[in-house]
Amino acid sequence: MPGASGHKHLLSISELDCEEIYKLLDSARSFAEVSNRPVKKVPALRGRTIVNLFLEPSTRTRMSFEVAAKRLSADVMNFATSDSSLSKGESLKDTGKTIVAMGVDAVVIRCKSAGAPHLLTEWVDCSVINAGDGMHEHPTQALLDLFTMRERLGGLEGLNVAIVGDIDHSRVARSNIHALGKVGANVMLVAPRSLLPERVEEMGARVTGSLDEALNWCDVLYLLRIQMERVNQSRFPSLREYTLQYGLTQTRWNRLKRKPLVMHPGPMNRGVEIASGVADEVESVITGQVSAGVAVRMAVLYDVLGGSRG
Amino acid sequence: MAFKSRARVLDAEDISRIVRRISHEILERNKGSGDMTLVGVRTRGVFLARRLASTIEEIEGGLVEVGELDVSFYRDDIATRDSAAAVGVTQIDFDINDKQVIIVDDVLFTGRTTRAAMDALMDFGRPRSVQLAVLVDRGHRELPIRADYVGKNLPTAGDEKVKLSLVETDGVDMVEIGEEE
Repeated sequence: MPGASGHKHLLSISELDCEEIYKLLDSARSFAEVSNRPVKKVPALRGRTIVNLFLEPSTRTRMSFEVAAKRLSADVMNFATSDSSLSKGESLKDTGKTIVAMGVDAVVIRCKSAGAPHLLTEWVDCSVINAGDGMHEHPTQALLDLFTMRERLGGLEGLNVAIVGDIDHSRVARSNIHALGKVGANVMLVAPRSLLPERVEEMGARVTGSLDEALNWCDVLYLLRIQMERVNQSRFPSLREYTLQYGLTQTRWNRLKRKPLVMHPGPMNRGVEIASGVADEVESVITGQVSAGVAVRMAVLYDVLGGSRG
Repeated sequence: MAFKSRARVLDAEDISRIVRRISHEILERNKGSGDMTLVGVRTRGVFLARRLASTIEEIEGGLVEVGELDVSFYRDDIATRDSAAAVGVTQIDFDINDKQVIIVDDVLFTGRTTRAAMDALMDFGRPRSVQLAVLVDRGHRELPIRADYVGKNLPTAGDEKVKLSLVETDGVDMVEIGEEE
């Protein structure tokens, strides 16, 4: 079931090359137009069934995939559980097999365990799309971020992108680093050492501990959400400390002569990684990311399911 | 698969005369260009629609709006093709309700693209009427569809290929017939 990119699944950015990324971004542009019509629906995937298998809480990604599938006229089933006791190995296999026995064409999966989407492809014969697996990857998020940067700034090659925050735990950061590297953008990671992965140098990005250095350099400032549940894991002393050093405070923002494009995958912690006033100022970009998410996911679903079966 | 040309059926002058003739036919049939709009089917239909529009404007004055239609999402062969085609952008920036809409395409063959174009168009509103203009009709229809304006009827065998080139996309205006090999 190969799409235009020849892929049956979308598991990670690593499996795409530069040309395939651009193809998806180009077709996302056409799909964005559909969302602006009076009748926001095209029959492209009529008769296809897509299951949203969300084993970890998620609002925007799940809704975004659901809207995307519905605008393409596919049938959508939602299987959501925040029950983390659902053991990953055997029961994911059983769940997957059950779902596929219903005659499903694609499974969109979000889960806490890295690599679970990959495992699922070995058990089921339908398409699998990774909607975020543990600390591994979140490929559609990276694609929608690239889409937003490209539409706002006109191109990606040579773009300077600073990613700020908890890089180590962030699948969003990981997918973005891969994707930006492939399209020829420069990446700088801004975080205290304790929030950087081991062997970060091998990821092909510059690393700095100074947000001000990054602000003077970057065209895009990508702020990651500080995951509150990790604050107590002694990765950093306190939220206040983090905000002072790595937060986009009003003072920092006002001082900038050349303002970068500020992006955030949401949901924002106002007053932590971004000051509330700044958040209001850059809100249009961040809500733009959400609309881009629908277009990009339509492009991915169409690409994965648009070819012939078998 | 490369296209091997056997004969040139239309040259640049022929095409230019056809555009002029169809423009007059459209005006005659619709009694002027009042509430008429043209919608080209991507890619070459769009350029033909633009040429028709500017010719009609030359003859009649006024402004004729031109929309662009990408029918990829409406095709009936998505499930059987090898790969999902690259899709272009649909752009209809005007209201088509109660308008006389003329769909413009390059080559009319099975009629399936026209069917998809009509479905796509209906998602934008309810035109008063929909007509079809094509540069070449090569026969072999698989659906009950007929063009209102035809540049040239070109009887072909099913395995033959008709190739239309336009200055805007290919650097030259011509229609060739040949085989794929």
